[in-house]
Amino acid sequence: MPIKTEPMTVNIGPQHPSTHGVFRLRVTFDGEEILEVEPIFGYLHRGTEKLAEERNYTQIVTLTDRLDYVSSMINNQAYCLAVEELLGVEVPQRAKYLRTLTAELQRVASHLMGIGFFLQDLGTLGTPLMYAFRSRERILDLFEMLCGARITVSYMRPGGVFFDAPDDFWPALDQFLKDFDAEYKEIEQLILENEIVMVRTRGVSLLPLDLAINASVSGPVLRASGSDWDWRKMDPYDAYDRMEFDVPVATGGDNYDRFWVRIQEIHQSIRMVKQCIQQIEPGPTRADVPLILRPPAGAEAYGRVEASKGELAFYLVADGGISPYRCKVRSPSLINLTVTEHLLVGWKLADMIVTLGSLDINMGEVDR
Amino acid sequence: MNCVLGPDNILYDTLLFRVIYDGVGNVLPCWLSYVVAGIAMMMILVNGVLLGAGLFSWVERRLIGRFHNRIGPNRWGPFGSLQPLADLVKLLVKEDLTPRGADRIVFTIVPVAMLAPVVLVMAVVPFAKDTALANLNVGVLYILAVTSITSIAIFMAGWASDNRYAMFGASRGVAVLISYEVPVVMSLLGVVLVAGSMSLNDIISAQTIPFLLVQPLAFFVFFAGTSAELNRTPFDLAEAESEIIAGYHIEYSGVKFALIQAAEFGAVLTSSAVMVTLFLSGWSGPASNYLGWAWFLMKIGVLAFIFSWIRATFPRLRIDQLLAFAWKFLLPLSIINLFATALEVYFLRDGAGNLDTSDLWIMAGINFGVAFACLLVFGTLIKEKVRPAGPVTGATLTPGEAD
Repeated sequence: MPIKTEPMTVNIGPQHPSTHGVFRLRVTFDGEEILEVEPIFGYLHRGTEKLAEERNYTQIVTLTDRLDYVSSMINNQAYCLAVEELLGVEVPQRAKYLRTLTAELQRVASHLMGIGFFLQDLGTLGTPLMYAFRSRERILDLFEMLCGARITVSYMRPGGVFFDAPDDFWPALDQFLKDFDAEYKEIEQLILENEIVMVRTRGVSLLPLDLAINASVSGPVLRASGSDWDWRKMDPYDAYDRMEFDVPVATGGDNYDRFWVRIQEIHQSIRMVKQCIQQIEPGPTRADVPLILRPPAGAEAYGRVEASKGELAFYLVADGGISPYRCKVRSPSLINLTVTEHLLVGWKLADMIVTLGSLDINMGEVDR
Repeated sequence: MNCVLGPDNILYDTLLFRVIYDGVGNVLPCWLSYVVAGIAMMMILVNGVLLGAGLFSWVERRLIGRFHNRIGPNRWGPFGSLQPLADLVKLLVKEDLTPRGADRIVFTIVPVAMLAPVVLVMAVVPFAKDTALANLNVGVLYILAVTSITSIAIFMAGWASDNRYAMFGASRGVAVLISYEVPVVMSLLGVVLVAGSMSLNDIISAQTIPFLLVQPLAFFVFFAGTSAELNRTPFDLAEAESEIIAGYHIEYSGVKFALIQAAEFGAVLTSSAVMVTLFLSGWSGPASNYLGWAWFLMKIGVLAFIFSWIRATFPRLRIDQLLAFAWKFLLPLSIINLFATALEVYFLRDGAGNLDTSDLWIMAGINFGVAFACLLVFGTLIKEKVRPAGPVTGATLTPGEAD
């Protein structure tokens, strides 16, 4: 006698430990297998773009911190690049290096979190996550030395950076880099070649390159699918034209490759931080810009960086006033989420959680 | 009234029972002292298991704290050892919620149904010389029968909670428990064959060398199967925290949750106790006439530590991989082990059907070879599935090529 079964619809989220914020997935299951997925977001909408129209150009920097709150430095950088393009300001060399250095440190911190939570979603009891957080704490301590804040840093300003690094920052950074090699090796040894990680993630939730390109996916998710697209190479901003680094590319497009690309990018970021320390020279850290910025009316600018999650861009339109006429954020997390349905349908509940972890989304950025 | 337990009584072998019975029997009628001694034994057993569970919850949290590079609970009592008490008080004063759509009766029975088998298992495990509550001659069978109640309890919890996450957890839990019961039983048969008895006392006295050496493959299968039955990583699908939050006990709160947690932590200890008895020669060790309990607890501690260690390290398997691991990997291994052991016993035993220590050493040698070969063959087979041929990832680009 055939047993009658029927599909079951379950709400994963908005309150769920593995949706990385307040994200909701309305999933129809056949047993454990996913039949339909409907991502529902907007629970963290704070109207950042509208708020930006009410604030002056310097104040908006604090809003950008709160987009992808685990990589605020890079958000600052993207916004500041856009404003500098509006104003036509040239940033001093030292500020460029400081920006590159902090952005790469922030990328390390963000990727560490991405890896940690990815493995947490795989079911480890927090050990790799804690290993990752140990190093991330050190980076946040460094940020605290720079600007007094750990998460919402607001370190970069249009025309440069807020302050020069204090004297005790450089020895602390050296010490961090020295310790980080050993600490990071521990994470890699613990988990990178683990058989269970392999069997759970290899060949799961494949993202073909053509779909990734058509869906405008960017960042490590795109590079895991076989493209070498990286704005730091394509259109170098700040000091990236003087940095020597490789772009890790994987070909599989599965969960393991997305994880692997992040692991390798951390190595490259550390390489760039070391180069920044060698190349940086004394000098001013902020261009001579007025307190209240007034870009000319009708000016438009598109500030674009390779953020930790993908291509992050700010599109600004000025109307001659002290605040922008329009501030559009192109957030990588939102656009990377558009392939969710393709990645999830046909896989199992357990894979769904891991795939979400491998996309490394941040709801602050998705909902804005 | 002078009551003395006769040697024909089933509880005569239980030294503690006999002492209490004889002592109380000086003042009370015999039937009453029998009841009193029985209740006293039960109190010792139940409270011992619950106390052990509480203690183990603290130990494990401390251990996992160290694995995580943190400190762990250290506020209350020496090194935080009164933490379980604080947890208990907190859970006792919490509201005891029952979801509106839940089946109240079944929902309420579940915590007891979870805890009962854990305590019952300890009834046949001797924790020192002559101190098992009941020296059953089918002890191994009894343990298997009692532990299988857990799967019913898990399914009751999932079904009664009226929650889809709980249902996921319950169906996963039942699938896992039923699948892993088979290799576990198969691996136990090897031990029973070598010992020639199902009584746990006899199995301990047969272990002139620990059966861990004689039956390495069975120990491996039993250990893996037990961690699956205990719902601990890498097999903690039934309560996969990152997937279905808490699985079958998602709707439980307050005292019921405390009981379920006590059952889970207690199950680790009782399973370790069973493993110690079957594979690590139980309470025997130097000076075991007096320090048997110390050896017993120490061996349990070692196994519980290994359980915590594994829990802190490994990611979780997927349900299909988990079942495949049971049916395609553990079951063949346990069957191979059973056949090898049967042949060895057939050829090595003497006229009376007994095996002496030198026979056991020979078996240990052969079985280690068998275990090594099997793990090598099966490991290679699995490895090809886990890591398909070809490079893990693509090439790394060099600067300049990016355009």
